[in-house]
Amino acid sequence: MSLNQLTIKEASEKLAKGEISSVELTAACLARIKDVDEKVKACLTVCEAEAMEMAKAADERRANGRKGELLGIPMLLKDNIMTAGIRTTAASKILDDYVAPYDATVIKRLKEAGAIILAKTNLDEFAHGASTDNSAYGASRNPWDLERVPGGSSGGSAAGVASDMSIFALGTDTGGSTRYPAAFSGIVGLKPTYGRASRFGLIAMTSSTDVPGVLGKTVEDAAIVLNKIAGVDEYDATTVPAEVPDCTKNLNKPIKGMTIGLPDEYFIEGIHEGVVKAVDAAIETLKKFGVKFKKVSLPHTKYAIPVYYIITPSEVSSNLARFDGIRYGFSEQKGAKNLFEIYSKSRGKGFGPEAKRRIMLGTYALSAGYYDAYYLQAQKVRTKIREEMYAALEGVDCLLTPTAPHPAFKVGKQVDDPLKMYLEDIFMAGPSLAGLPAVSVPCGFALPDDGKTSMPVGLQLIGKRLDEATILRIGHQYEQATEWHKMKAEI
Amino acid sequence: MQLTKKEIEHIAKLARLDLTDAELEKYGGQLSGILGYIDMLKEVDTAGVEPTAQVTGLLNVLRDDGVMEWDESEREAALKDAPDREGRFIKVKRVFE
Repeated sequence: MSLNQLTIKEASEKLAKGEISSVELTAACLARIKDVDEKVKACLTVCEAEAMEMAKAADERRANGRKGELLGIPMLLKDNIMTAGIRTTAASKILDDYVAPYDATVIKRLKEAGAIILAKTNLDEFAHGASTDNSAYGASRNPWDLERVPGGSSGGSAAGVASDMSIFALGTDTGGSTRYPAAFSGIVGLKPTYGRASRFGLIAMTSSTDVPGVLGKTVEDAAIVLNKIAGVDEYDATTVPAEVPDCTKNLNKPIKGMTIGLPDEYFIEGIHEGVVKAVDAAIETLKKFGVKFKKVSLPHTKYAIPVYYIITPSEVSSNLARFDGIRYGFSEQKGAKNLFEIYSKSRGKGFGPEAKRRIMLGTYALSAGYYDAYYLQAQKVRTKIREEMYAALEGVDCLLTPTAPHPAFKVGKQVDDPLKMYLEDIFMAGPSLAGLPAVSVPCGFALPDDGKTSMPVGLQLIGKRLDEATILRIGHQYEQATEWHKMKAEI
Repeated sequence: MQLTKKEIEHIAKLARLDLTDAELEKYGGQLSGILGYIDMLKEVDTAGVEPTAQVTGLLNVLRDDGVMEWDESEREAALKDAPDREGRFIKVKRVFE
């Protein structure tokens, strides 16, 4: 086994024992990137020099007595997260040569813990999408089948972890962007509770649902990273001052007697039969632990789609207003006769089609005369969706659903069937709108209708607010009872 | 209900987006599509329901109103990408015609 294939748990044990150095570990990851990224296309900016410097520094800190599970561990970072002194593009031409002047809080915390920055990874432009097809730099590829997408929007990070370019990665999750690519790529994707980890330094998309996400090779690894990035931040007024429990502590505490809810509205017609089989098998595996299952109903589930499709572009249109060609980013100076044209030409040229589409939708939904009927009404329906989910969770320990309704699709092949598009988002949107934690865990494989290679399938566990510990505990024990996390793609 | 070309141009102007004719037409169709979503939401009884502005339940998260000085390198990092500068100022085209 080569060093880049290790998990955080394994690598940190070897580092602590002095069996390997961070320099060796980092060099192995950089070599892997050089080896396969031409095919996988996960990375936008590889930070070779910075990474080796950070690795040397980590080894020195260790020599001076410093310890920690993330000390010297290389990571990939989704390119909508600010990294001081390093190019940060949000996969958009409007930020093509933008260098971040500060670190996001989650980056600061991971650097303090000694993690190594290997590269910034590809995403759908400004996180608008579920495949990386919307990246201004082209789509990333799924390591399990290079003709298919890794999912999105955190597709580069997911593909990078799945192909062992790094030990773990950060993504973001606004409406599924960490969970969905995790399912497509056969790895773990954790979406913390909204407010659990700081959004400061995340390039904002939908401020009321954005969260930083963790992509890892195992559930325990995701818990290790969550421990480090979680916690109130004075720079983010939406972070909750709640105590951060050590999510690695009770991972093996017996789950016998726990109850998992299966929402009726998430197990409906249209889901790929391979996904149904894999999720059903996972339910049987969990039953062997003595876990009970109970049907629950979330009648407002179908409204999550219109709610999400009004709130998201509305908040996007506001958050993308700052890209105006004045202070940074692409600026169309020539041909601009006045200030207005600097704005409109810079934005018209710099933004990609999906970003512009969402800005137009949001501007319309928020414009005078429409705000009440559109955005406000959506937020009211959101309250009903949220309360319904909280109520359903009161009678159970967590909910279980498929993560994606089908395995990874081919690059450039957008889902066109309206029923299928509905299913894309319906599993993801609910927890995002309600601000709940959710994790996608690999649970098998399914053969796509248009392919010959079986692709990963993920199951989603949705927890109560701030209860990442429970979903990680159940996820971990399910994972350890199966072999999915040990399987690797052949590139 | 179809949006007129004028209405779509108005939205593009509000959004400060210089769009081609093809783009205007494309987004026009998609904007009208959003109206389908509104109709769906009208089905829900929201009488007496408070809108969800945020899900954390936090109120009045404040900090001291103090000045935090940036050092020279931080200031330079923040200003260096401006397309047109004059010393520590960013130069823009005239605001008032």
